[in-house]
Amino acid sequence: MNLFATLADKPWLAQPAPPPDEAARRMPAARVGVLWLLASLTALFSLFAVAFLIRAQLPDWEALAGGAGRPLASLAPLWVNTAWLATASVTLQAASLFARRGRSGALRAALAAGALSALAFLAGQALVWQQLIAQGHFIATNPSASFFYLLTALHGAHLAGGLVAWVHVARRAWRPAADARLALGVALCALYWHFLLAVWLFVFALLAAEPATLVWLAEICGLR
Amino acid sequence: MTHDADTHHEPSSFWTRYVWSQDHKVIAIQYTLTAIAIGLVGLVLSNLMRLQLGFPGRFDFIDAAAYYQYVTMHGMIMVIYLLTALLLGGFGNYLIPLMVGARDMVFPYLNMLSFWVYLLAVLVLVASFFVPGGPTGAGWTLYPPQAILPGTPGTDWGIVLMLASLVIFIVAATMGGLNYVTTVLQARTRGMTLMRMPLTVWGIFTASVLALLAFPALFVAGMMMLLDKLAGTSFFMPAIVSMGRELGHEGGSPLLFQHLFWFFGHPEVYIVALPAFGIVSDLISTHARKNIFGYRMMVWAIVAIGGLSFVVWAHHMYVSGMNPYFGYFFATTTLIIAVPTAIKVYNWVLTLWRGNIHLTVPMLFAIGFICSFVLGGITGLFLGNVSVDIPLSDTYFVVAHFHMVMGVAPILAIFGGIYHWYPKVTGRMLDERLGRLHFWVTFLGTYAIYFPMHYLGFLGMPRRYYSFEDYAFIPDSAQDLNAFITVCALVVAAFQFLFLFNLVWSAFRGKPAESNPWGATTLEWQTPETPPRHGNWGEALPVVHRWAYDYSVPGAKRDFIPQTEPHEGAPPGTDEALAEARP
Ligand code: HEM
Ligand SMILES: [Cu+2]
Repeated sequence: MNLFATLADKPWLAQPAPPPDEAARRMPAARVGVLWLLASLTALFSLFAVAFLIRAQLPDWEALAGGAGRPLASLAPLWVNTAWLATASVTLQAASLFARRGRSGALRAALAAGALSALAFLAGQALVWQQLIAQGHFIATNPSASFFYLLTALHGAHLAGGLVAWVHVARRAWRPAADARLALGVALCALYWHFLLAVWLFVFALLAAEPATLVWLAEICGLR
Repeated sequence: MTHDADTHHEPSSFWTRYVWSQDHKVIAIQYTLTAIAIGLVGLVLSNLMRLQLGFPGRFDFIDAAAYYQYVTMHGMIMVIYLLTALLLGGFGNYLIPLMVGARDMVFPYLNMLSFWVYLLAVLVLVASFFVPGGPTGAGWTLYPPQAILPGTPGTDWGIVLMLASLVIFIVAATMGGLNYVTTVLQARTRGMTLMRMPLTVWGIFTASVLALLAFPALFVAGMMMLLDKLAGTSFFMPAIVSMGRELGHEGGSPLLFQHLFWFFGHPEVYIVALPAFGIVSDLISTHARKNIFGYRMMVWAIVAIGGLSFVVWAHHMYVSGMNPYFGYFFATTTLIIAVPTAIKVYNWVLTLWRGNIHLTVPMLFAIGFICSFVLGGITGLFLGNVSVDIPLSDTYFVVAHFHMVMGVAPILAIFGGIYHWYPKVTGRMLDERLGRLHFWVTFLGTYAIYFPMHYLGFLGMPRRYYSFEDYAFIPDSAQDLNAFITVCALVVAAFQFLFLFNLVWSAFRGKPAESNPWGATTLEWQTPETPPRHGNWGEALPVVHRWAYDYSVPGAKRDFIPQTEPHEGAPPGTDEALAEARP
């Protein structure tokens, strides 16, 4: 659908007949709904990023990473979590493929693996929280720490929300009867997971950025 | 979308039919009644404020703290919990599926959830009246640092409940918005192209897109402020000495909050305005028996306003201490957005021009909307200029401006819409004489309230002040004017109960309505039953052959042609071929 062509329609004239299968050719409503949800979440996390960059320019900011004694002196645990989330994304993509091919055994295995890796990611994030708390970096210690807790919690909450959707899809996948809408459900789950992986990579990059990088980013965005 | 006729089972028990309902029409009514209920609270609060301003000191229970709480709760309730909820959740829910020819929203369960989450947000908000310290008195803009510091009323509980309620509301609005947008895009019936949609649907659709993209900014601001309040972080809070004590905050940026708030706040104005634009366009066209002037231009203007509304936000911040060069940019964009807005006004007037104007109650309200909107819009142009805004900022001139443009105008559109669609919703007409009385008192009354406020603003009367004694620059006569405004406000408020009475009384005793009492073209008036039953369309979905504005077509039998009627003698290959395809 070409937006500009649509907007140039002259609806007061008699118009060419729409194809009889017009409705069938439309994208499934669930996919459109999820895409708009992702648009809204993109706005949400982008605005957090802007707030992060603006706040990071103020003098009391202490970078999280980049140096001994910093809360994120070692990024290794976060990289491990990233690997878990990427695994979840890949396995769900595989699940989507199996669903389309109708291979229900493989589908169930991949779905389960996807959810378990997501849970592992969440557990890993909780572990990083514990480490920070053990080192005395609390939520109000420094604005960078505040953002760390806030953004990881929010991202985790969205992943948890995804798991609720996953339960819905999985219940159908474990039913014996064939289900025409199952493949769509699995595909949308996978899509949502990819999105959250992308968000995480973005958040991770911001949180782990060196002060100089943040200055540079803020300059590009005209925030400095 | 003909496939789903059989998947819609009519719910059978009372509970699933009226309470846990997934039917868009029931949800629309639930949204509307809840919004009206909380809106009445907002109305009562405004009268309490007016009592203090008109007759200062006469009412012991209104002290300065209470006044601030009333201001804050009144503003927030009116903008978010009344107007946004009623226009999107009420009108959007009722009209979108009916106007595009769908059986329901595409995600009925989510739709039901949206209402219950909205109700929860309202209850949390109302709860803040009953907690220790009462609701927050920070002003509806909730600016930090004062919003969470002692000295502002309601800093213990009130502000926390307010922020929590807003976050919950955003969740509800997102669930609703996803439904409205997706239903418009994916569930239109056969022949209903985007450019054949009535402007009401265009307005609500674009407003829903704005809501999906703008509410996140309020969410971000709200979450960070909650943490500043509850966890002692310093997102927005600078180092500060409060009541002789140094607080733990350090280095935060109050200006950051203002940017986030208005990045949401300005699109919010259009979330309220665009549905009102759409409704008024349809009312004017129907009741003037004339096609809407410049339909395409109207659609383009809606889309353009929607886009531009994201780049004007800092015109609310000319006096905030932000980089003064920003002022040039935001003043310019503000003046640019006036262009598509003005186009809409011209087109309404040109639609009326030589129309066969029926001064029905909905039409009266639609014309009232145009008058109020023009007045508020023009003062907006003044305020959009930095050099004019600076002296007028935070005076009653601003109060008059925004009440006209986004308070009174959308309310008039809502009233017009209710008088117009009530026969479809209930199968009965609202009482005409009560309606006229309600219109004239509301319309003239709001002018009596707000017109003098412009003058008070020029005098320099500051907004959000509890009392105005001993200000040398304010003459005594201003007090008489304030007393007059208060009396008018009380009268206007009292007459809203007449409207409520009409709503309830007519539901049982009103004159029975035909299925299409106004002779309108759009699909909702062509349903097989009135009020429409579950599934809306009986056996077969309607098929659309024409746009929504074929009024007074030369040579036609009647002065309107429903969208479902094929063109006569249309060239081959056009969608008239569909006429045969109709079952
Ligand atoms: C008869 C109806 C109304 C009356 C008498 C009324 C009166 C008032 C008064 C007296 C104030 C406080 C002025 C001050 O001290 O600064 C106020 C503020 C406000 N009103 Fe209304 N109002 C009415 C309807 C509405 C409606 C329909 C809206 C919807 C947009 C609205 C939105 C606001 C807002 C946003 C504020 C600013 C609150 C703040 O300063 O934090 N009002 N109104
Ligand atoms: Cu604005």
